[in-house]
Amino acid sequence: MAEQTQSPRGSKPIVQSVARWLAPQRNRIIVLAVLAVVAMVLPLAANNYMLEVLSNAWFYVVLCLGLNIVVGYAGLLDLGYAAFFAVGAYTTGILTSQFGVNFWLTIPVAVVCSMAAGIIIGGPTLRLRSDYLAIVTLGFGEIVRICARNLEITGGAGGLIGIERPHLFGLHLNQAIHFYYVFLALAVLACFCSYRLQHSRLGRAWQYVREDEDAAEAMGINRVGAKLYAYVIGAVFGGVAGCFFAAKMTAISPETFMFQQSVLILVGVVLGGMGKIPGVIIGAFALVLFPEVFREIGSMRMLVFAVVMLVIILYRPEGIWPAKRS
Amino acid sequence: MSSLDIFFQQLANGLILGSFYALVALGYTMVYGIIKLLNFAHGDLYMCGAFVGFLFLSLVSGLLGESWTGILCSMVLSMLTIGLLGVLIQRVAYRPMLSAPRLSILITALAVSMVLSNGVMALTDGDYEAFNTDLGFEGLEMGNVFITYTQIVLVVSAALLMLTLFFFINRTMYGKAMRAIAIDQDACRLMGINVNRVIALTFFIGSALAGAAGVMAGVYYGSIHFFMGFVIGLKAFTAAVIGGIGSIRGAMLGGLALGLLEAFGTQIPFVGSEWKDVFSFGILILLLVFKPTGLLGKTEIERM
Repeated sequence: MAEQTQSPRGSKPIVQSVARWLAPQRNRIIVLAVLAVVAMVLPLAANNYMLEVLSNAWFYVVLCLGLNIVVGYAGLLDLGYAAFFAVGAYTTGILTSQFGVNFWLTIPVAVVCSMAAGIIIGGPTLRLRSDYLAIVTLGFGEIVRICARNLEITGGAGGLIGIERPHLFGLHLNQAIHFYYVFLALAVLACFCSYRLQHSRLGRAWQYVREDEDAAEAMGINRVGAKLYAYVIGAVFGGVAGCFFAAKMTAISPETFMFQQSVLILVGVVLGGMGKIPGVIIGAFALVLFPEVFREIGSMRMLVFAVVMLVIILYRPEGIWPAKRS
Repeated sequence: MSSLDIFFQQLANGLILGSFYALVALGYTMVYGIIKLLNFAHGDLYMCGAFVGFLFLSLVSGLLGESWTGILCSMVLSMLTIGLLGVLIQRVAYRPMLSAPRLSILITALAVSMVLSNGVMALTDGDYEAFNTDLGFEGLEMGNVFITYTQIVLVVSAALLMLTLFFFINRTMYGKAMRAIAIDQDACRLMGINVNRVIALTFFIGSALAGAAGVMAGVYYGSIHFFMGFVIGLKAFTAAVIGGIGSIRGAMLGGLALGLLEAFGTQIPFVGSEWKDVFSFGILILLLVFKPTGLLGKTEIERM
């Protein structure tokens, strides 16, 4: 552990000086305000391709923040996060395309469904050792995908098509720019919720459970309960993101929710720094922008991500975002 | 086909599937038993084994032919290569992480698995490779039940490998050292056992078995793919848990049990082969909930 706190100081002077400059509250607010203005104004100067990429980046920010609650805050490795994303997307897809339900009304249903999925997966398995949990979530992720591929109501291997795009205050959301703002709003909401959760009583309980499960339990924290909360809240993030994903794409197929999707989201969380909101946002952006910038190695991006993840976890386990000096 | 014929046919299918699972599960369980690491990369070592075997077979086929001599030779070479690859992975990725938090080491293992599978994907462009052999399709025919000689040879060689391992673990010095390290690493170090060397040896043997299973799967199925390690990694873990993780005999038993369960599971009405994976992962989850120690595992004190 001593190595972790020392290495960034010597090896990354720029990162450290940025961190020092960001330390006072005033400077942070300035940066946040600048970033907010940039995020609001950017689409006015961007073409459709850039809008598409940026909305995708905000979308991954939501997913990564959701997984961050499970992995970063509570310290549980979830390798099947795409399953929750799938539950949300399919709930919206099925309800709008086959039952003609209004898009906005499907969100609460999707929230309930993903919570139920979180409880079904987490309830029996959160008592297990952490590494068993990782493999069980992997198995569940596969089960959800296979169900989506084989059931009739989910459209089988072809998936669902013709999901209707929603209206908002009379405005039909069908332009790239509309979805940019929708996903930006969603990402801001996710950041706000994450921030509030991190500094809540529950957030402190997660931190305690993550650092020392036995000590936490001795202090009267219900460790299975705390983990289950993390699981269910993370699931809701994924489910809601899935609703909007279905509405944006208008078509979903089981192959969107393969194991690689779960791994990709996890890479975003690990890359930026587990448990830190700015880090996770940077990680999500790196995830989306990297293959776009380096088009020619697009097919090898998973290999590059894998090597980067290995190097980061071995040499800088706290991620890109600088760690707080203790 | 009468129901008795179906029974025997599925029994044969289950045994073959089960011996692959058992070989891969052995590596999982050995590594887990000795350093309590869930090696996600193990399924990918199996996949690499298939590809290395494929490579060697195409190299030696001019000399030894594509029949059993060539296959045996490439299987041995593949076992050696994959064994060394396993040792290399342990040395580079896992050894520095042994004292780190569990989450970090799990993510390391996942990253290694991704490097292997995506590396092979980049090398093969993600295509299926045909694993060409000229073994023919002759076999034993008993009523309506048909078993090829290839299947018989594969099951027998898997059994031979497992028997060798069993004797190695129970009858040799190094086997004894492995069992001792699984119980108490620090005490072993005090007793003068070269712990690092024994851990490396464990990785070597476990990976070599996965490599052998990969070559055998290539021979059996006739085509190999960079993603073939993912599902079998999950299945082998299931097998190791069924038998009781950390137990050598458990892994063999669990592998065979899972193979048979799957073979017979596809015969249950409404559980077609497309639901086969759901069936075995369902078993895994039920087992972890109700009997996490497995069939032969010992109850152990939980370590976080």
